[in-house]
Amino acid sequence: MSDPSIRSEPTAVKWAIIGAAALIVALLVILPLINVFAQAFSKGWEAYAAALVDPDALAAIELTLIVTVISVAANTAMGLVMAWAITKFAFPGKSFLITLIDLPFSVSPVVAGLAFVLLFGAQGYFGPWLIDNGWKIIFAWPGITLATIFVTFPFVARELIPLMQEQGTTEEEAAVTLGAGGWTVFRRVTLPNIKWALLYGVLLCNARAMGEFGAVSVVSGHVRGETNTIPLQVEILYNEYQFQASFAVASLLAFLAIVTLLAKSLLEARLGGHQR
Amino acid sequence: MAESYLPVSHLPTAAPRQKSVIPGFGLTLGLTVLWLSLVVLIPLAALFLKTAELPLDRLVAILTAPRTLNALKISFGLSLVAAGVNLVFGAVVVWALVRYDFPGRRVLDALIDIPFALPTAVAGIALTTLYAENGWIGSWLAPLGIKVAFTPLGILIALIFIGLPFVVRTVQPVLEDLDHELEEAAATLGAGRWTTIRRVVLPAVLPAFLTGFALAFARAVGEYGSVIFIAGNLPNVSEIAPLLIVIRLEEFRYADATAIAATMLVAAFALLFVINGLQRWQENRTGRLK
Amino acid sequence: MSFSFKHAAAAALIAAVALPLFAPLAAQAADVSLLNVSYDPTRELYQQYNKLFAQKFQKDTGKTIEIKASHGGSGKQARSVIDGLEADVVTLALAYDIDAIADKGFLDKDWQKRLPDNSSPYTSTIVFLVRKGNPKDIKDWNDLVKPGVQVITPNPKTSGGARWNYLAAYAYALKQNNGDEAKAKDFLKALFKNVPVLDTGARGSTVTFTERGVGDVLLAWENEAFLSKKEFGDDKFDIVIPSLSILAEPPVAIVDKNVDRKGTRAAAEAYLTFLYSKEGQKLAAENFYRPRDEEVARQFDKVFPQLNLVTIDDPALGGWRKAQATHFADGGVFDQIYSN
Repeated sequence: MSDPSIRSEPTAVKWAIIGAAALIVALLVILPLINVFAQAFSKGWEAYAAALVDPDALAAIELTLIVTVISVAANTAMGLVMAWAITKFAFPGKSFLITLIDLPFSVSPVVAGLAFVLLFGAQGYFGPWLIDNGWKIIFAWPGITLATIFVTFPFVARELIPLMQEQGTTEEEAAVTLGAGGWTVFRRVTLPNIKWALLYGVLLCNARAMGEFGAVSVVSGHVRGETNTIPLQVEILYNEYQFQASFAVASLLAFLAIVTLLAKSLLEARLGGHQR
Repeated sequence: MAESYLPVSHLPTAAPRQKSVIPGFGLTLGLTVLWLSLVVLIPLAALFLKTAELPLDRLVAILTAPRTLNALKISFGLSLVAAGVNLVFGAVVVWALVRYDFPGRRVLDALIDIPFALPTAVAGIALTTLYAENGWIGSWLAPLGIKVAFTPLGILIALIFIGLPFVVRTVQPVLEDLDHELEEAAATLGAGRWTTIRRVVLPAVLPAFLTGFALAFARAVGEYGSVIFIAGNLPNVSEIAPLLIVIRLEEFRYADATAIAATMLVAAFALLFVINGLQRWQENRTGRLK
Repeated sequence: MSFSFKHAAAAALIAAVALPLFAPLAAQAADVSLLNVSYDPTRELYQQYNKLFAQKFQKDTGKTIEIKASHGGSGKQARSVIDGLEADVVTLALAYDIDAIADKGFLDKDWQKRLPDNSSPYTSTIVFLVRKGNPKDIKDWNDLVKPGVQVITPNPKTSGGARWNYLAAYAYALKQNNGDEAKAKDFLKALFKNVPVLDTGARGSTVTFTERGVGDVLLAWENEAFLSKKEFGDDKFDIVIPSLSILAEPPVAIVDKNVDRKGTRAAAEAYLTFLYSKEGQKLAAENFYRPRDEEVARQFDKVFPQLNLVTIDDPALGGWRKAQATHFADGGVFDQIYSN
């Protein structure tokens, strides 16, 4: 490589830019995160623990875990299916299909929630029939799960498509020629190649699923101990003078965010070698 | 590495062979279409269907009502400003991350994703307590006469917060892969540093910046959780369109809610196509980067 | 590596299938389960009442009962019930919101006659909460329209308390202007010009005023004003009693369609009737709701100030259906004064 100093700015400018970048990230990003924990522990450990073992908080945690597991499992399975269809075959309308898969990214979560109310609410298209037959969708966990699946829809497929595109179809074709069935090809050939990208997609899908607020808030009904997820519990406590408890519950989600970032950095180290 | 929360439509330029020997085409494409229809298309179609049931004059009346117009103006306008601010912030941060080595660079890099990983409701209450008049930042700004929480400025802060990673993460890989030689050649030919950046670097990363801008904008327009806590929610002043949808729903005014939602949905479609176009431009400009 | 990956995937799959199977088991611990869909400021009241009732229910019937609660702006809560939130009982801020549910066939249209006192086991009113020492010298409704006074109230479209606020102000303005509706409208317009924040529920407004320090005066439910003083200490806020306010009757009702499907009518009836008992009334009073029972009311008469109250059925207001249609419906007076 030639003289790197040509591609650089004067030292003063350099440190001014680094300083500005650090300031932006510190003020905009780090301070809110620290604030969550500061508020959560503002009344000490005992108050913090008490907020977390509150029955309604525990119920919210349980519901969030259930909803997240189902949503992530569904989106993982279907993300693989969608990525397979898109990257292993040529067919007309493919780019439009990819755009549709991306659509939930730019749809407001509130709009998504509203769409499910219009379908499954008691005044909606299918609601009356569902209710007469004893099916509860809206204001119950199935509706919350549906809304969560909607907002996390693109994450796994999005991560897999570019990678599987790049890897092409040669290896799979060879395996098929050698007599392997479709499932075997997927399990033995494709999956080992994409497993880290898959985990990466699952990780981001998981983070978003646990924290979804807007869409879930529209379909939840806010029944304490029953249809409140962790983010909704945060909102309810916040509106109930219980700021410290609210931030204590919120700190669980902030902790999840930090874990997600750590796991993400680890996975990126693995993916880096694969992709460049 | 493309972030999977960015819809990076990297389209197959070189299509696989026409007749694939790989099995599962019918099954996987069928499942894809079915799944897409059940989760995304049918619910969104219901929204349009409900909107179509409205008489046209009623629809026009809803969409041209001052409160609707103001909410849309606030959502789209502030999202535009926030995305613009993120262009500047993003440029500074991404330049520092890619071009310089300094202690803590890797940590700073990892922290960029916090606005994505931190659930919006948590961000909302955290930003509100920070910028309220008795908060850590708000108490510094209050003596200067600057009010952030419960004003449009608060909305702007929340939207900047959630949009930052989109600009940084879109531009970062492009800047990393930028050919050194061009800059060196420019320098050798006597161009000053500023001229080199303006004439050589900027055109190469411009499509990525615009993509990041569009992504941050798209995300901000629909944002709800982080905004409603800090906004103040005063009609015509600090009421965002997604909140107006919720309020209309709570007022039994389904027609209004769906009409505004359908409008936002159309905007979402349009934005996606713009983003796809920008990405194709970027790929043409820089070649295959991934 | 691929081993651990497979194991992780298998574990996730098993968890995905198993978790939802266990969840309903945990949720179905009690013999009977009721859902009470209520309005914003009743959180503390029903938290305590649900415990009290569960004890009594177990003593009377030998069965355990679990009561779930949902709180929010009254109008918004009614919408949720209409959309399919399976409330056994609704305890909302005003009769119109239950009427709206009845209009959709969920309960009998004359529901309000089924329990004593217009089906309202407790009453309340609207008072002003101001900052300690009343720095803006706010004494009555006409002080709220002065320039530079910031008034905090929730959104009348979604909140029940806000509709009582609005109507109390309207009744005052009518009285001041000898029944001139145009002038009363101007008064409301001036008042809402001083409102910087419009939350969707009463609790949101209270938080805005008390915690966030926005505004000079909060138009509040009497119980919410007392609770704020209790939560934050007497040294932070003062309560100002206006010369005229409104008798707010927050009603309760059984949602016929839901209790009949779930078979919970008996428990739901017991739940609402117990509100009228001495214990229920005492608990309401302790939470700053005015009790209906005269004996209990006498025990608490030092707590609740005497003030001049109009009722919603006053000819000037004309009952909830008329008030709702005139003021809060699409294009009604509130829309006219608010959209400028």
